[in-house]
Parts: sequence; structure tokens; C-alpha cells
Amino acid sequence: MSDPRVQQHIVGPSPHITSKATCSGIMLWVVAALAPAAIWAIVNMGLVAVQLLVVTIGVAIGTEAAWNAIARRPQTILDGSALVTGLLLALALPPRTPWWMAAVGAFIAIALGKMVFGGLGHNLFNPALVGRAFVALSWAGVLAGVENRGWFRTLADVSAEGYDTISGATRLAVAAADRAASGGYGFDLAAQYEPLLLKNLEGSLGEISAALLILGGAVLIIKGIIDWRIPAGYIGTMGIVSWAFGSDPVFHVLAGGVLLGAFFMATDYVSSPMSKKGRLIYGIGCGLFNALGRFVGPMPESTTFAILFMNGLAPLIDRMTRPRVFGVVKNDE
Amino acid sequence: MGRSAFMGGVHPPGHKERTAASAVERAPVPERLVVPLSQHLGAPCAPLVGKGDRVERGQMIGDVDAMVSAPVHSPVSGVVTEVGVTLTAGGQRVAAVTIEPDAPQDLGSFVPVEDNGDARARVRAAGIVGMGGATFPSVVKLSPPKGMAIDTVILNGCECEPFLTCDHRLMLEEPERVVAGARHIRDIVGASRVIIGLEDNKPDAAAALRKVAGSDIEVTELPTMYPQGAEKQLIYALLKKEVPHGKLPAATGALVHNVATAAAIADALEHGRPLMERIVTVTGAVARPGNYRVLLGTLVSDLIEHAGGFVGDVERVIAGGPMTGQALGTLDVPIAKGSSGVVALEKGVAARAISDDQPCIRCGRCPEVCPMGLEPYILATYSGRRMWDAATARNVIDCIECGACSYVCPTKRPLLQLIRVGKSAAMSKGAK
Repeated sequence: MSDPRVQQHIVGPSPHITSKATCSGIMLWVVAALAPAAIWAIVNMGLVAVQLLVVTIGVAIGTEAAWNAIARRPQTILDGSALVTGLLLALALPPRTPWWMAAVGAFIAIALGKMVFGGLGHNLFNPALVGRAFVALSWAGVLAGVENRGWFRTLADVSAEGYDTISGATRLAVAAADRAASGGYGFDLAAQYEPLLLKNLEGSLGEISAALLILGGAVLIIKGIIDWRIPAGYIGTMGIVSWAFGSDPVFHVLAGGVLLGAFFMATDYVSSPMSKKGRLIYGIGCGLFNALGRFVGPMPESTTFAILFMNGLAPLIDRMTRPRVFGVVKNDE
Repeated sequence: MGRSAFMGGVHPPGHKERTAASAVERAPVPERLVVPLSQHLGAPCAPLVGKGDRVERGQMIGDVDAMVSAPVHSPVSGVVTEVGVTLTAGGQRVAAVTIEPDAPQDLGSFVPVEDNGDARARVRAAGIVGMGGATFPSVVKLSPPKGMAIDTVILNGCECEPFLTCDHRLMLEEPERVVAGARHIRDIVGASRVIIGLEDNKPDAAAALRKVAGSDIEVTELPTMYPQGAEKQLIYALLKKEVPHGKLPAATGALVHNVATAAAIADALEHGRPLMERIVTVTGAVARPGNYRVLLGTLVSDLIEHAGGFVGDVERVIAGGPMTGQALGTLDVPIAKGSSGVVALEKGVAARAISDDQPCIRCGRCPEVCPMGLEPYILATYSGRRMWDAATARNVIDCIECGACSYVCPTKRPLLQLIRVGKSAAMSKGAK
């Protein structure tokens, strides 16, 4: 009495149902969480922002597609990870970065940050940060805002916004210089909270509004896409160390790439630890090295290298924080 | 993540609303029953009847003289038309007796099992096995090794598998049988404490049990979370004791039986009734989902037909629940002692077929949900690379095969499938 339709039934191993979560779905949530910051950048910066976004996203996806084609591997661009890498790189670069520099950064991010390791899931380091590190080291002046006034929309615009007291460098750079020279600050850090939260026209494309980054990060935490332990460890440590160095913790969390890094870069699945305990340790490490970079090292902007350094330690952290197997007591084996 | 009574776990959608309110209804006596002679873990039975023999309902038709085994009885009165083989839901070929029932059947009467005063012997003679799906012969569980005292009997009424409601309806409609079975088990093993554990999505069943339980039996509701009904997880949730690695659950002093098994034990000890039928949830994409009292040996195809046939684009038919059950390649397989459900999954609900090996994106979900504290992503990788020693070193043997890791994986890697390979390799190596 066999039902003819049975022949079409799929016989597979259990479980026969799976959760709705998919790789591309997760990537699209990350894109959605970054969208407010990206849109706010376009609103404020106009075409320069659009150009940067189009170049990095286009080159990132194009590089992955070409690599797969040349290596005769299955096409992977639809998993959404190249899109996220391109978007993150754009948001981590100054808006006036020359388009060809951004393109090189996106190429390096995908080619040397990801595909040489074997593609998604195999890379040790966050690809977007590999790309940004390459740009930062190759054309240091651009990212420091010395050449091309990379940090600014235009000098005139910034003057019109009333920030004419700062020129040629970011608040962070000025703060660092002031501290180095006198141990104090030439401007009131607390007065910077509001512009940093809402409309900060210095720094990278994604740093215009700290409030929008926090909003996007909160969405990812609530949706269960990222683990709160990484940003909490990161931001908490950043604040505590800043305070320990006698500086304003809120200013140091809001300024620079800390929020973009803590919510969107350090939380990259592939290059961060797997266990909950490991993630907290990793987040604390990111915050510690980022803060040390600011207060002790030569760079006021040290988010990129703090996270890359912790990426390198992630496998070690995983090894040290293995979960306890149920029913196995210590010294049992 | 909500309350949790054990580590890890997932919340698959329950889908129980389709049958939770459906009172158990008897499925019709089919035109022919194919009764497998191996409906339990352990040695298969040899047939005790031949082609052309007339059998009575309750008559033993298969048995074997082995420690781990359970005899098989005829669920109907009729004539043996064939002693051959059948495919089981699990995909094995086993010996089976085909019986054509006489009409009409008196399902109220049966040949009782012999009573020589030994409760354990009677449980064995009645052919009782774990009806939660494991089909481990109950008499073996009731005879713990020397030096392993059982102080607590736990009845498992969790039914944490999505879609299934057969245990729910049993507890709700016949709580006396369940409670009686619990007391019998307690008396046989000499335990002092009895706990019936069930998930808090069945408050009506908990209330029904409490009404008949008396002060000697605890009814405890646990958070609804898969795999709450897994033996080790249930013991931990109720007693906060971990079954030590490599040891039997009895090492914690606890003995776990499914509620349906307990009811069957009560029937056997009080009425000499052998195991001939069970409640089966037939649900998913069928016209009349429900809980049916089914004669063992009824073909799944007959049961589906009785449930009104398939509706929509059915992609997989599962024997058991969707997390641990088996996908059927043919519906010409019989309902057996461990068949808790037949679930028709439509396109979109069923897991898609595994095609390419997708990369692990290290999202961390699988170690988070593993109720055994394992790292499924690593175990699957080791198994895929045939690194058996590495998998063994990471406790692959402790996997309880609940499938929570495969369920949550966003890249849909066949984690459990790979781990099973590693586990069996590790176990066969250990045996040598």
C-alpha cells in the first residue's frame, strides 16, 4: 500500500527541523544594525560617503567573487559576509580617503584577510580590520588627517559647525597632544559628549554618531546575534583604564573607534573566542590594549590594532576556557 | 534565555497545539499486522509461531533466551500468514510475523502472562521496553547491578520533543495507571522516593497526576526546554546530580522510566497484560492529527490513512519526534513498542537536505546549547577529518545525540551526523 508520494520524501539524519537562523540572515542583521550610522554619514557627508561605501562594498564583493571564480570554488558572495566586510571597512575609514586607497583596502581585506585562509570561517583576523590596518600603515598621513584633511568634510563646513578651535587633527589627537605636553587638556572633554553622541564630524565615516552605533549594537545583542560580553568587557575596560589614567572615561569611550570596534568589529564570530568566559576575557583584552594604545602608545587611535592583537590571542583564549563536560569532574581522567 | 534546569538546551517551536487537546482515540484494527520480532534494544526474538498458525490476542509469538531482550506478543487474534522480514522505522531488516486478524476482535480480552509471583519476571514476560523511544528492556533497568542502590524512581513525563503529545494525553487521561506503575517500580527496586517530572507546558497533566498521586509521590514541573526529557538532564534537573562520565545513571541512585512504560508495567503486574498496543501521536501535515491507541504491527501507511492522509507538500515523514526520530523512506513500516509518533513535515518546516559541507563561522551557538558541555563544532571537524583520537580526547562519547547543535547551526552543518560517526569510531576503538 505504498503511497507514491513517499518516494519524494527526504530521508535524512535527525534532527529533522532546524532553527530559522542562517548565515546570510545574521549578516543582514549586522548590515541593518549598521545602516542608521551609514545613512547618517550620507546625510551629513553627502556624496563622499556614498562613494566610499560603494567602492569598499563593491571591491570587497568583487574580490571574493573573482577569487572564487579563479580558484574554481563554489561562489560564496551570497552569504553576506563580504558585504559586511566592505561596509565595516567604509565605516572605519575617514570619509575623504581617496577612492583608490579604499579600493586597495577592500581588496586586501578580502584577499589577504579572508580568502588566503580558505574563506569565511577560516580567517584568524577580522578582514575589515586587516584592510584598515593595511591602509593605515601604507598611507599613515591620510588616516592621521594630515594629508587631504581626511578626517573632515571640508574645513569650511567644520568651521561653520563651530569646531574651528580644532584643526588638522581629531579631538582624540588633540587630547593626546595636550596631555603629552602639559598633562592636562586644552578643552573640556565633557563638553564633547553631545557632539560625539549625535553629530561628530571628525573621525571615520561610522563615527559620526555614537548614539546610532550604540543603538545598532543593542539591537544585535537583543536579537542574540552578538554576545554582550564582548562589548561590555571592551567598553567597561576602556572606561576603567581611562579613569585610572586620570582622564574622562565617557569621552574616551565615545571618541574614536571604540564603539564601532566593540559592537561590530571585536564581535566578529570567526576571529573571536567561542565560549562565554572566553568572550569576556577577550573583550577586556581589547579594551585594555585600546586604552593602553591611547595613553601609553604612540597612537591615539588604537582600536584596530587592539582588536587584531586580540584576534591573534582568540585561539589561545578558546583553549584556556573550554567548557566543563557534564559528568566529568576535575582530576577524573 | 529564560529559566533553565540544566546546561544548554534549545527552544524549538512546540507544534503541540494540534494534538494536545485531542483525546486518545482507538485506531481501527488493520487488515494485516506486521509484528517485528525485534522491537527492543538487544537480541532479536526467534518466532514461536509458523505460517498458518492461529494466534490469540496476547499470545507470545517471539522470544529469545538473552539478558537484554523482550518477548513479542500478538496484538490480535488471527492467523499467521507469513513469517518473514520487515523494514523497521530505523531502517533495519528484522524478522517479523504477519498476522491477519479474525473479525470481529474483542480488544478487551487477551491471554494474560503467567504469574509466578516474581514481578521482574512478569515485566519481562509482558515484553515491556522503554516506550519513550529507547526501547531498552525494562526488566534490565529494574535489575540494577549489585552494589548500586536505587533510592529515587523518576518517571519521565517531559515529552520535550516537538509535536508529540502521546505521553501528555496518557498522563491526563489515565493518571492512575501512571502512578500505579510508579509505585510498582519503587517497590521492585526498593526506592524510597518517587518523582514524576514533566515540562510546565502540560499543567493539566500535572494537575491530573497530583490528584491521584498521594503524599508518597512528588509531581514536579520543569521549564519547557529541549532536551529536558533526556535521562541525564532530567536527573540533574530534579536531583542536581550529574551522572558521572562513563557510568550508568543508576550511579546517582536514580532510576528513570518513561510514564508510558510505567503504565505498561502496572498493566502487566495488575492484569497480566502484555504490551500489545500503545498511544501514538499522528500529526503535522495530516488531515486529522490526533493521538491514537494503535495495535503494534499496524503499518504507518494505514495509520496515515486513518488520520485522513497527507495535506500539502509533505517533505519528510518522521517516526518519533523531529529532533531524534527517524525519517522514513517508506510508509510500509510497522508501529513498534518505541513508536511515540508519526510526524509529517511540510516543505519549509522540515530541515533541508544537507548538500555541501558548509563552513563553521564560529558563532558559538553549538557549545552554548550543548547539554553535555561539549564543543560540537570541534567534534564535527575532527570526525570529518577522521581524527578519532582527538575526538575521543574531547569527550565525543559523552554526546547524547539530542541534535541541539545541528538545530541551532546557522550554516546548517551536519554536526550531529558527523559526531555520530566520530562517536561510533571512538566506541569501537575503545571496545578493542
